[in-house]
Amino acid sequence: MNRLTLGSGMIAMLVTLASPIVFPQFAQPNVTSPPESAFSIPLAQLIQPEALNRMLQAGGAEKPLVLQVGSHILFAEAHPPGAEYAGPGSQPAGIQLLQNRVNALSRKKLIVLYCGCCPWNRCPNVGPAFAKLREMGFNSVKVLYLADNFGTNWVEKGYAVEKGR
Amino acid sequence: MRTLAAGPRRWSLACLLVCFCLAGSTASATESLLQKQAPEIVLKDLNGKRVDLHAYRGKVVLLNFWATWCAPCQIEMPRFVAWQTEYRPRGLRIIGISMDDDPELARELYKRLRLNYPVMMGNEKVGEFYGGVLGLPVTFLIDSHGEVRAQFQGETDMNAMQEQLKALLLHP
Repeated sequence: MNRLTLGSGMIAMLVTLASPIVFPQFAQPNVTSPPESAFSIPLAQLIQPEALNRMLQAGGAEKPLVLQVGSHILFAEAHPPGAEYAGPGSQPAGIQLLQNRVNALSRKKLIVLYCGCCPWNRCPNVGPAFAKLREMGFNSVKVLYLADNFGTNWVEKGYAVEKGR
Repeated sequence: MRTLAAGPRRWSLACLLVCFCLAGSTASATESLLQKQAPEIVLKDLNGKRVDLHAYRGKVVLLNFWATWCAPCQIEMPRFVAWQTEYRPRGLRIIGISMDDDPELARELYKRLRLNYPVMMGNEKVGEFYGGVLGLPVTFLIDSHGEVRAQFQGETDMNAMQEQLKALLLHP
């Protein structure tokens, strides 16, 4: 009986010690996991900054609707020309704003979502926004892949920006 | 004898390392403010109290831009709380700037994390003054003369930041 108790105790201790390694999310208990990670977006739906910049610079062709689904303050500091602010994707109010903005559009309309608030693996906004548009039936949705943030992966690359809300 | 001979070399290496760390931190903001005067900020904190960065001359300031939706920010902030307690007697003052659109969200997190330093609500102008805050977190170490000595962007090695902070507190 004593051996059993000792053995159970040791197993419990090992599991506790190993949990941050086996289950990395347990290593940061104070941080709320985003409802849908940016990693949930299929690779085929991503667009690289260079490709979007080229698309926006091209004359004549129909431009995509570019929507920022993160911070309004960061949007006001700099955003791609013609982009619109559509509310933070991680919050219900933001999702509602996004829905209102695109509701009347053709489901074939090319829409590019982006955030760039944080490193890609930490972004809480693009995943839920992408899921919402797919749920609404939009089948030409791309998400701008910003590995670090909008400053590093867009502005510092010298791509075109506008300021203001 | 060997110890005496190795001493100066070790000191030189240590000094070089500190200089390298202070000058070459992980800065990648759109415009580096390193070795420049920190742009002036006068804003009200979440309690309505006026905070003037210029009034902090003579202290080492850790200026941290954060937001409630920024997961790496929330990893850093408990460390800042501990540092403010530990290093305050040595002249450290931490100031937070929330880049949230809604002050209520910032206020909730301020209470939940029991922040022990003032937090102000930022805006695009403050972001532009600080070289373009276009991704979070962003942290600046400012010396007692008001000069930016280090800046960090994105997920940062907090132990490395602490070492730089300690070096600055030794030579503020």
